[in-house]
Amino acid sequence: MSDFVHDGWSLYIAIITVVSLLACAVFLKMLSTQKLAKGEKPGTTGHSWDELEEYNNPLPRWWMWLFYITIVFSFVYLILYPGLGSFGGYLGWSSTGQYQEEQKRAAATFGPVIDRFLKQDVIAVAADPEAREIGQRLFLNYCAQCHGSDAGGSRGYPNLRDGDWLYGGNPEAIRTTIVAGRNGVMPPMGAALGGSEDVRDVVHHVLALAGRTHDGLRAQRGKAKYATACVACHGPDGKGNQQLGAPNLTDDIWLHGGTEAAITESIVKGRVNQMPAHKDFLDEGKIHLLTAYVLGISGQGKK
Amino acid sequence: MQSQSTYNYTVVRQFAIMTVVWGIVGMLVGLVIAAQLIWPDLNLASWLSYGRLRPLHTNAVIFAFGGSALFATSYYVVQRTCHVRLFGDWLAAFTFWGWQAVIVLAAVSLPLGMTSGKEYAELEWPIDVLITLVWVSYAVVFFGTIAKRKTPHIYVANWFFGAFIITVAVLHLVNSAAMPVTLTKSYSAYAGVQDAMVQWWYGHNAVGFFLTAGFLGMMYYFIPKQAGRPVYSYRLSVVHFWALIFTYMWAGPHHLHYTALPDWAQSIGMLFSLVLLAPSWGGMINGIMTLSGAWYKLRTDPILKFLVVSLSFYGMSTFEGPMMSIKTVNALSHYTDWTIGHVHSGALGWVGMVTFGSLYYLIPRLYGRTEMHSMKLVTLHFWVATIGIVLYIAAMWIAGVMQGLMWRAVNPDGTLTYAFVESVKATYPYYAVRLLGGLLYFAGALIMAWNVYRTVVGQKAVDAPIPAPAGAHA
Repeated sequence: MSDFVHDGWSLYIAIITVVSLLACAVFLKMLSTQKLAKGEKPGTTGHSWDELEEYNNPLPRWWMWLFYITIVFSFVYLILYPGLGSFGGYLGWSSTGQYQEEQKRAAATFGPVIDRFLKQDVIAVAADPEAREIGQRLFLNYCAQCHGSDAGGSRGYPNLRDGDWLYGGNPEAIRTTIVAGRNGVMPPMGAALGGSEDVRDVVHHVLALAGRTHDGLRAQRGKAKYATACVACHGPDGKGNQQLGAPNLTDDIWLHGGTEAAITESIVKGRVNQMPAHKDFLDEGKIHLLTAYVLGISGQGKK
Repeated sequence: MQSQSTYNYTVVRQFAIMTVVWGIVGMLVGLVIAAQLIWPDLNLASWLSYGRLRPLHTNAVIFAFGGSALFATSYYVVQRTCHVRLFGDWLAAFTFWGWQAVIVLAAVSLPLGMTSGKEYAELEWPIDVLITLVWVSYAVVFFGTIAKRKTPHIYVANWFFGAFIITVAVLHLVNSAAMPVTLTKSYSAYAGVQDAMVQWWYGHNAVGFFLTAGFLGMMYYFIPKQAGRPVYSYRLSVVHFWALIFTYMWAGPHHLHYTALPDWAQSIGMLFSLVLLAPSWGGMINGIMTLSGAWYKLRTDPILKFLVVSLSFYGMSTFEGPMMSIKTVNALSHYTDWTIGHVHSGALGWVGMVTFGSLYYLIPRLYGRTEMHSMKLVTLHFWVATIGIVLYIAAMWIAGVMQGLMWRAVNPDGTLTYAFVESVKATYPYYAVRLLGGLLYFAGALIMAWNVYRTVVGQKAVDAPIPAPAGAHA
């Protein structure tokens, strides 16, 4: 569909708008001239359909004035506000302008409350009770949808309180996660490992790494396959690699589930997981507070 | 060949009975989704999930229940006020079976997840084609009857039915324009904000013509008939008819306040919505004032109670609508349950009640009786339904305003006071009251179904003879 960018369209729609409103008023005027004299009874139109008839009462006056008032209001509004094509109205109001105005006012009012923490480093902010409260409110609005209001996470969404980190739990790493987001990719490995029996062997090796109940013989066979197919990301000892976001397989903490079935699914089909970047809708001050809040609840160093 | 000396009541009977059936189906689906909002575990399967049942509910109540009611009453009214048998018996029969086919296809395809994604126009393109065929046939039957009328003038109810038929045809064709990809999937011919604008030009006029003009046609016949009084003012009907159908066309943009739609279009949508107040109220005044000199009948006649209360809800929701279209009010009300309350004060209060009143007038006459099996049950239906509506809309008003206020509440540090989920949690009690209101309204419909069954069972279908129009010189 083409866009109506030519200036003529603006005039076109403005004229139609004005004429339409005027037409309502003229039409109303034409049909409201008749009045009943005092004591006069209205007659019917003289027509009859299926024994139905119509009186020809004049328009109720209050109703007529209500109609006129809305038309007059419309003209006044169109002079003051945008509405007649590209004419922006005498008040110069626009919805974008109103939005920017409100943003500016919010920045002036709330900016200092948030930004004063920028001067302190993250560890100090994390210890500040007031900053924690603001941080929690921000967390509940921006993070809780996925990570839960208690930051406990759920299947596919990391628990932020357990001290276990995919990409690292130092202030800088947390900040980067919030600002730029993360793309976690585990490629599907079913074909690379061979048949379903081979996959099962590797699964049992992974169960063994985590200290879970496993079949010793299978785990032994799986170890060799692990050393060729999995070691690049998860490391020879299964401790993972935070540079890549490859999870530690030995801590028995599972993002996508730690049962045999869930691990099999992760290996065969792979996993794709995303934390969205927040840099476009959170300013520096809020990111700073959120970083400190997440650091504070993470049990960092206490595990 | 049926006699040309009687009215064609066959198609009227068919549509009237299906109005009752589809009303119950549509309201039942509404109850399910209202319950799902309280107990999300009721989303038992994908085809029983809220996202698929919600369009089924809206389609069933608007097009199956409301549509059948409009077909039934317009076919009845146009014959009787033109003093001729309906034009094209077989074509009228096609509109009945075709419309039922559309409804059945909707009831199958929507739960299966086939949707164009356009609100109130979700049905996929093959069904849209069938709708077009049925609708054009409807227009031929209706205007064919008007053309061969025995009365010199066209009765006011037929203006409204006629405007409804023509406009819905235009709306449906323009908004449903799409590029088919497969038999069950198509993409809209429009993109971005233009698509949104076309959608809401359609959406609001569906309210304006399907749910307002059509039902005003119903009102203009059944109120003066039941009251036994002439219509209050021919003059008023002329002004409000033309003003209503003219200004409704402009009001759609108020659904897109504070969006990518240009400011000028938003303003025009708001202003014409305000101008729409008087034309809308014109219909209410004309209906209610028709009772002057017959007010005492309201005490004893439950059918008149239905019709007059429907006009009160009509007046209330057509005041609320313009108010909600004001940008400042809309900033609070938009996206909240207030909108749901507003729609249902129109749907349950106006469309539902005027339909019940008209059916209670119509059905006995289609089966050679003077009144329903039990007028006590009609009265009971009236009170149960009225209490149900009041509970429903009051709950949604409170919930909506509460949600709007919670979403905009801000702490001294600029953070939002409430997370979204807190507003959901706070809404639960109101969802429960809403469900209760819906249950009452549904119970009323069941009472009506029983009463209709007892009125109809064992009765012979009667096609009334056509009287000569009054004042005709034979």
